[in-house]
Amino acid sequence: MATATEPTRVTGTRPASPARRRRNPWTWLREHVVAIVAVLAFVYLLLPNVVVIIFSFNKPNGRFNYTWSHFSTDAWTNVCGAPGMCESLALSLRIGVLATIGATVLGTLMAFALGRHRFRGRPQTNLLIFMPMATPEVVMGSSLLTLFLNLKIPLGTTAILIAHVMFCVSFVVVTVKARIAGLDPRLEQAAADLYANEFQAFWRVTFPLVAPGIAAGALLAFSLSFDDYIITNFNATTSSVTFPMYVWGAAQRGTPVQINVIGTLMFLLALAAVVTGQLVSSRRAGRA
Amino acid sequence: MTATVHVPGGSMPAAPVEPRKRRASKVPYLLLLPGVAWLLVFFVAPMIFLASQSLQTGSIEQGYALTWHIGTYGDALSAFHSQLFRSFGYAATATVLGLLVGYPLAYTIAFKAGRWKNVLLVLVIAPFFTSFLIRTLAWQTILSSDGPVVGFFRATHLMDLLRSLHLVAGNDLLSTPFAVVMGLTYNFLPFMVLPLYASLERIDIRLLEAGGDLYARPFTAFRKVTWPLSLPGVVAGTLLTFIPAAGDYINSKLLGNTSTTMIGQVIDGQFLRVLDYPTAAALSFTLMLAILVIVAVYVRRAGTEELV
Repeated sequence: MATATEPTRVTGTRPASPARRRRNPWTWLREHVVAIVAVLAFVYLLLPNVVVIIFSFNKPNGRFNYTWSHFSTDAWTNVCGAPGMCESLALSLRIGVLATIGATVLGTLMAFALGRHRFRGRPQTNLLIFMPMATPEVVMGSSLLTLFLNLKIPLGTTAILIAHVMFCVSFVVVTVKARIAGLDPRLEQAAADLYANEFQAFWRVTFPLVAPGIAAGALLAFSLSFDDYIITNFNATTSSVTFPMYVWGAAQRGTPVQINVIGTLMFLLALAAVVTGQLVSSRRAGRA
Repeated sequence: MTATVHVPGGSMPAAPVEPRKRRASKVPYLLLLPGVAWLLVFFVAPMIFLASQSLQTGSIEQGYALTWHIGTYGDALSAFHSQLFRSFGYAATATVLGLLVGYPLAYTIAFKAGRWKNVLLVLVIAPFFTSFLIRTLAWQTILSSDGPVVGFFRATHLMDLLRSLHLVAGNDLLSTPFAVVMGLTYNFLPFMVLPLYASLERIDIRLLEAGGDLYARPFTAFRKVTWPLSLPGVVAGTLLTFIPAAGDYINSKLLGNTSTTMIGQVIDGQFLRVLDYPTAAALSFTLMLAILVIVAVYVRRAGTEELV
């Protein structure tokens, strides 16, 4: 401890090196350049979110909500006031929930097969799961459209749902597989040592340990589905307008302030969910 | 009793348990069946239909027939090669910029953030909490011609620099190649940062200390230790940025102008408005193949085979 206080006292007397550091701004800049870039990167990343929130209180003059006019809470008190927006939001939520359930079930089963078993055709399966993540959305959207057109399958909500499960499933597999790979296999052995049969060991040991990974995969799937525009647009009809499609249309016709209200609400909800999750897991870690 | 049971487990702690290999079990195949079937029917089969569609001739009214007309590719490419090359150019630029911005960010979170690590990670994914179309529209506000950003660029002559690089044409930032590349970089930055962070975080800090003990200056230690160990993250991050950026057309549509059109926009238009399915399919298939070739060459050169 005494050695730790000594250098501080020396700094007080201004020895050569810290003083020079303080005088030369270039040295300071060079030493902190990584942190400065990081701060600027955060500004770059978060500035649009801040703008979205601020402009949810705007009362624009024209049809477009791009320039600040004056403060108003009109959009907040009349969220569904923009015609068609809340309907599109409801459709996106419905598709999002159903696609999440589908992708999470299929993806979790595949993740257990890949994480817990050796079998022939493993590399090929991995490749099949990797490919949708390495394919641009426009290619997936247009190829699905070709399939549906050729087989005379009607476009619309069902087609969108099929597409969403398809492009979400790989992300669930990767997330859950990572969690399974991080498990200590000795825990399951311990369960077996304690006379649990295979089924009990799975449900009372393995599954609860993998559950956070499944939850993370499901959240990822929902946000991918809810946010998708390109693939959805290829497989939608005029009667199946999702929220991103509504926003896209609004960008051409005029953007109601309510879009920003939804953007702000989504942001706050997700932030609250993440913060709660962090608190719960850290409290659990503290108890353990 | 429990004590005696625990002894064998404790005496061989390092033995990793092999994934249960059971007598040629059917279990993995049953688990895989629904997901694999879904991907085969709704991912692989559509690719085959896409390839087939690109080799058909006909019209919507009279129907299409497979005539193996390879000429569609030549016609499509001679008409739209500039959009295709532009897409790869924009995507490559956005990837390099994303790496330049994302690496210091990931580095700071992994090594300097201390107990703020989790908070900063949440901030990296926070943009996703708002729909990306809404955020891209917000850039229209930020880059608007009477805004502070444009004012700053004009005052510092950065605007002149961008103009000499042909990234802007007049005295504005919106509706320029600069805005499109900036938007692409922004939209895919978290996809760059998260894999970088994952590989940086795994680095044993003692390796860097060892480098210092061996008289490596900080930059040398970075070049010889940190950077090589973070290469898997660099490869994953650049791929996760480049691939979606090459196919994206949201940014070029919302932040660009008619001379920043990317290939995705052309495919979308040919499919949904012009209704020329063979041309659209040929372009889509070309984009897919070009990306596969680029990714294969890149991954081989970067020397990391294992990505997933």
